[in-house]
Amino acid sequence: MSAVATKPTHSHYESIEADNFLISSRGFLSWALTLDHKRIGLMYLIGVMSAFFLAGILALVLRTELMTPDQWFLTTQQYNQVFTLHGAIMVFLFIIPSVPAALGNFLVPVMLGAKDVAFPRLNLGSFYLWVGGAIFFLSAMLYTGLDTGWTFYTPYSTQTRGPVVAATMGVFILGFSSIFTGLNFIVTINTMRPPGMTWFKMPLFLWATYATSIIQVLATPVLGITVLLLAAERVFHIGIFDPQYNGDPVVFQHFFWFYSHPAVYIMILPGMGIISELMSVHCHKSIFGYRFIAYSSIAIALFGFLVWGHHMFTSGMADVTTIVFSALTFTVSIPSAIKVFNWLATMYKGTVQLNTPMCYALSFIFLFTIGGLTGLWLGALSTDRHLHDTYFVVAHFHYVMVGGTLVGFLGGVFHWWPKMTGKMFNDFWGLVSCGFVFVGFNLTFLPQFVMGSRGMPRRYARYLPEFQEMHQMSTVGAYLLGLGLFVALGVLMHSLRKGKKAPPNPWGGATLEWQCESPPPYYNFQTPPTVNEPYDYTPLVYRDGERGWDYVQPELPAKPVAH
Amino acid sequence: MLPFDLPLLLAERSSERAAGSSFWFPPQASTFAKDVDSLYMYILYISAVFFVLIVIAMVYFSYKYRRRPGYEGDSTALHNNALEIIWTVIPTIIVVWIFAKGAQGYMDMVTPPLSTIDVNVTARKWAWSFQYPNGAISTDLHVPINKASRVRLRSEDALHAFYVPAFRCKTDIVPGRVTYAWFEPILEGTFDLFCAEYCGDEHSNMITTVTVHSDEDYEKWLKEAAKPPVDIEAHGLWLYERQGCKGCHSIEPGKKIVGPSFAESFGTEQKTAAGATITVDPAYIRESILEPQKKIREGFQGASQMPSYQGKLKDDEILALTAFIEALKDGKLTDDELGKNDDKPAAAK
Repeated sequence: MSAVATKPTHSHYESIEADNFLISSRGFLSWALTLDHKRIGLMYLIGVMSAFFLAGILALVLRTELMTPDQWFLTTQQYNQVFTLHGAIMVFLFIIPSVPAALGNFLVPVMLGAKDVAFPRLNLGSFYLWVGGAIFFLSAMLYTGLDTGWTFYTPYSTQTRGPVVAATMGVFILGFSSIFTGLNFIVTINTMRPPGMTWFKMPLFLWATYATSIIQVLATPVLGITVLLLAAERVFHIGIFDPQYNGDPVVFQHFFWFYSHPAVYIMILPGMGIISELMSVHCHKSIFGYRFIAYSSIAIALFGFLVWGHHMFTSGMADVTTIVFSALTFTVSIPSAIKVFNWLATMYKGTVQLNTPMCYALSFIFLFTIGGLTGLWLGALSTDRHLHDTYFVVAHFHYVMVGGTLVGFLGGVFHWWPKMTGKMFNDFWGLVSCGFVFVGFNLTFLPQFVMGSRGMPRRYARYLPEFQEMHQMSTVGAYLLGLGLFVALGVLMHSLRKGKKAPPNPWGGATLEWQCESPPPYYNFQTPPTVNEPYDYTPLVYRDGERGWDYVQPELPAKPVAH
Repeated sequence: MLPFDLPLLLAERSSERAAGSSFWFPPQASTFAKDVDSLYMYILYISAVFFVLIVIAMVYFSYKYRRRPGYEGDSTALHNNALEIIWTVIPTIIVVWIFAKGAQGYMDMVTPPLSTIDVNVTARKWAWSFQYPNGAISTDLHVPINKASRVRLRSEDALHAFYVPAFRCKTDIVPGRVTYAWFEPILEGTFDLFCAEYCGDEHSNMITTVTVHSDEDYEKWLKEAAKPPVDIEAHGLWLYERQGCKGCHSIEPGKKIVGPSFAESFGTEQKTAAGATITVDPAYIRESILEPQKKIREGFQGASQMPSYQGKLKDDEILALTAFIEALKDGKLTDDELGKNDDKPAAAK
C-alpha cells in the first residue's frame, strides 16, 4: 500500500511503475483478499475463461458425436448430459459474467476516473459467490449427470434422476453474484462520476453496463424465486409446476423466461457497449449518434422485459397472448438496428485502423446482424411455428451469443489487454485468430439455419441421415472455430512473456482509462484526470510507439504534472 | 479411422430427401405450408437487402477510410437527425408488416374448420400412440388427403411436441393440458413426425411418420387397423407396439434401451436392486406392469422412470403381454413369428 510513501526518492515515473497493481503487493493472500477492482476483474477473467474453455471442449465433443447420424461414441444419455453441461456452463458461468464481471470490473472505475467501485467488499464477495456457485454447480452436475437442458423445464426436471435441486441451488448462488455486481455498478455509476462527467459525457460502455446492471438487479431475483420453487416442487411437491400435483408446466416456462429473456440482454448489451468503444477508437472518429446509442441501450433493457413469451409460441399459450408477445418482440429489433447503423456511420470519413480489436468489432457487426435479422423469422408467428425448437433456433442464438457476445468480448479483451497487463500483443497473429474465428463460426452455424428450415429438431443425439452432410460441415467449422480461439489464447499468453511494454494510450482512446498508466497503479490515478468529451479525438497527438498517444490541449495550460 | 466413408456418404445423401423438397424446405404437404414458406422467403429477401447494404458499407468504409500515409480523416462528431429518423422508421414499417403477415398465418394455423377428423395423440417417453374415431390405435399417424385432420395432443409424462416439418405444423404437448393442432394434407406420401421438445434419454428416437392416404386407402387402412389380432401372442406384440413398451424394452436378447429386454427373460431368475432374487413369472410381470417401481432389477435402478399401467391395461391385455414375453423366452422371434403386420416403414434407426 505504501510504495509511494516509503520511496520518496524515486522519480515520478518509477514510483508509478512500482505501484503497478499487478505487483504492488505480492503473495497469494494479496490476491485472494484483494479489494482492488482490477485484481478482482482479472480473477474473474481467468475464471470465466476457464469456464469457457471447459464448455467449449464439451461443444467439440457434441459436434464430433454428430458426425454420424447413429451412435459414434456417446450414448443418448451421455449426449444429453453433455449438451446440458455445455449450455449451463456457457450461460451461467461464462456469458452472463463475461463482460460485466471481468471487463466491467476492471473498466468501470477507471473509466470514471475513480479509485474503485462503490462497494469494494461487496465486489470481492460477489467474486467468491461466483467461485462457490461455480464449484457447487459443476460438482452437482457432474455427480450423476444432469440431463434437463440448461432450461430445467418441468415436469422433466421434477422427474429425472440427477441432482436437479443441487444444480438449481448453484444457479441461485450464481444469481446473487450477478445481482451484487449489478448493484455495485449502478451505485458506482450514479455516485462516483467525476466532476464534469455528466450522463451524456459518459463512455457508451458505461451506458451499456448501466443498462445491464438494471436488468441484473431487476430480473435475477425472479430466477432465484423460480429455482427455489422448482426445488420445493421436487422435494415437497407443492403443486405449482408439476401436473401430477395439479401444477402447470407452462407456468414454469413463464417464470423461467421472465428472467432468461432479459438475461439475453445481460449477455448482449455489454458486448454492444464494447463495440461502441472499439468502433470509435479504432476509426479515430467521434461516435455517430451518441444519444441514440445510449438511449437504445436503455430501450433494449426495458423492452427486453416484455418479450419473454416469444420462447413459448408453441407452448399452448392463449392465441391472443401469443400475438401480443409477437408484436412486442418486434419492438426490440428497432434499437438493435439503430445501433448497427450508427456504428457503420461512425466509420464514415474516419481513419480506420484494421488491427485485431477492430477486426473483431467488424466481425461482431457482421455476425450480430445475421443473428438479429434471423430473429425476424422467429418473431413472426407462422414461420416460428415451423422453426421453433429446430436447428434454426440453435443457429440464431449462437449468432447472437457467440457471434455477438463472445466475439465482442474477445475484441474487448484485445483492446484493453495492453491496459490490463501492460503488454502489447502480436497484431498479426491476433488477426489470424480473428480470421479463423470468423470463418469457423460461419461454417459451423450457417448450415444449421438450413437444417432448421428443413426440419431438423434440436437436442437430438441421433438424426436422420439426410442431415448428415450439413452436420459434418458444422463440425468441421467448429474445429476451425476452436483452432481460432486457441490461437487467440496463444497470442495473449505469448504477449505476457515476450510482449513489448504497452504505452498508456496505444490506440488513441479519449476515455479516461487511457489517461492512466498501463497497467494502472493500484490507485488508478495519481491526480484526478481531466474529464473531456469521451469521443473527442482532436486533442490527441501520436508521439511514437513508446509513448503512444498523448493528450495536449493547446489553449489551456498543459496537464499539471504531479510533484 | 472414421466409422464412415465421407465422399461416399456425400454422394448418397443428396438423393435421400423426400420428393418435393427444395433447398430450404421439406415438401409443401399441407395447405398452410405455402404461406409459411412465402413469408420465410420474403423475410429472407428483406434481410438479404439490409445485410448486403450493411456489409458493403462496412467493407467500403474499411477500405476507403483506411489509415494510410498522407490521408487525414475527420475525427469530429457528426450527427444527422434525418438519417436517424429514416433508419428508425423504415425498419419499423417493415417489422410491422412482417408481424402482421406472421400473425395472420398463425390465426389460420390455430383455427381449424368446423368439421375435422379428430385423432387422439398420446405422447409418452418415448413413443407415440394415435387413436382414431373408430377405435383403431397405431404408432404412426395416418390421415386422408384434402381433408382437415385435427390432433388432440396429450402427454403422459414430460413435455413433448408434435412436429411434422412437411406440414409446417408444431405444437407442444403439455402434461395436464390438452393442446390441439390441425392441418389439411395436400400431398400423398409418408412424412417424418418428430418430437420437438426435449423429453429425456431417447428424445431423438421419438420419431415416427405420418402417412397421407387417398380417401379409399384411408378407409381401408382404418378398418384393418381397428382389428386387434386374435392370436394371444400376436395381440401381445400389438400392445407392445402401441402401448409404449417398445420405447424402453427391446425384444432382442441383451439389448438394453432403458429397461430390461423382453427376450430371454421369461422364467429366468434375476437379482433385484434390493438384493432379493425373483423369478420372471406371470405374477412378477403383472406386478411390474402395475407397480413398476416395486421390484426393480439390478442394473436398472438408476434408469427406472416407468409409469404405472394401472387402469391403462385391462386384465386380458396384461395376459396377452405376458404370453408375448413368454414367447420370447428363447430369444428373438423370426419375422414370420412376429406376424409382421409391418405396413409402416421403420422410422430413423
